[in-house]
Amino acid sequence: MSTISNFSRDEARIMNRSDLTRRLVAKLKSEEAVVGGIGHTNWDLWASGQRPQNFYMLGSMGLAAPIALGVAVAQPHRKVFALEGDGSILMQLGAFGTIATVAPKNLCVVIWDNGAYHITGAQQTLTATTVDLVAIARASGLKASEWAADEDHFEALVDAALSEDGPQLIAARVDHHKPAGTTDRDPGKIRLNFMRGLSGADGKERT
Amino acid sequence: MTSKDYDEPWHETVVRVLRANGVDLVTYIPDNVLRDLIQALHDDPYFTVICPAREEEAVAIVAGAYMAGRRGVVLMQTSGFATLPNALASMIVPFQIPLVMVISERGVLGEFQLGQAIVCRTMRPVLETLGIEHRAIEERSHVEFVVNGMIQQAFATQSPAAIILSPLLTKRQH
Ligand SMILES: Cc1ncc(C[n+]2csc(CCOP(=O)(O)OP(=O)(O)O)c2C)c(N)n1
Repeated sequence: MSTISNFSRDEARIMNRSDLTRRLVAKLKSEEAVVGGIGHTNWDLWASGQRPQNFYMLGSMGLAAPIALGVAVAQPHRKVFALEGDGSILMQLGAFGTIATVAPKNLCVVIWDNGAYHITGAQQTLTATTVDLVAIARASGLKASEWAADEDHFEALVDAALSEDGPQLIAARVDHHKPAGTTDRDPGKIRLNFMRGLSGADGKERT
Repeated sequence: MTSKDYDEPWHETVVRVLRANGVDLVTYIPDNVLRDLIQALHDDPYFTVICPAREEEAVAIVAGAYMAGRRGVVLMQTSGFATLPNALASMIVPFQIPLVMVISERGVLGEFQLGQAIVCRTMRPVLETLGIEHRAIEERSHVEFVVNGMIQQAFATQSPAAIILSPLLTKRQH
């Protein structure tokens, strides 16, 4: 399926976050960094295999994308993914404009939109009623923002993010299934592993 | 101390000390007191300067850059700091990130807005509760020593630091 598309949120298939996280991670062959946001987002990232280039945000909502932006600015030759839930990114919508303005070629934001604050009891978020995060991202200047229509389209969008200049944003509607694991809650260890994971030559040398 | 002892305005000293410490990423939400400093940083190609929408973003960008090997600093006003306790307590302090904050102190010594004065009173209790090293610079002659020492200690001890710019430095005639 072509990545040039314009699916609406309503047309996007409801997929599974654990499955999509694994599909994303399986494509990472060049020590790409992945910053997982609070909520079930980082749990599924953890469950997908604890790559040294993964960072798990335990406490603050909406900061995965800004942290990933900092990583992208510091290591412009390493591709960086931010994974964030809809509830979390709703707290930090200005980050879309910041990323669009800084325009790092090596950053891709992935939004898992389950229409809920799943981890706190699945209360509805604003995306369950009126808010379309792709529309907001585009209006903030992130032109390469797409709803993933289905699993194949999601994979094609990830491939495009890996091979083309960003910034990109991929939004996927996901179900309310439990995540596949639980992140270890040791912030010091998470930071050290991540810093070691980013200290390899790859971030400096990839073109 | 007379003005001719300091041909260099305080903001130029700060820029020089940032450079000397290899701090080349600056994020900020503006304040009038910081205007000359911000302009000087924008004018200097050594620095990457980012003005996001919120102070939380500014903090997170510098935190991410630090983990990827680049040194940064965040500039803000006291009211900006007041938006940060959650990000500091849930990210910067537990993850032991040497975040250096430069905070222009608004709300004391001639404040005309009651709200600003009250917001300012929340700053030191938050810094103290979180155990964040902090120091206000009041004297022109202290700028280089304090900024340099706070930055070096933050990175050496893996701990955040708040450099507070008092109106005694930024508003008083030196
Ligand atoms: C500022 C703030 N408010 C509230 C919370 C409580 N909280 C933790 S996770 C979460 C929901 C996260 O929702 P989302 O990002 O959509 O992820 P999901 O749980 O659906 O995976 C909430 C409300 C918090 N950690 N921080």
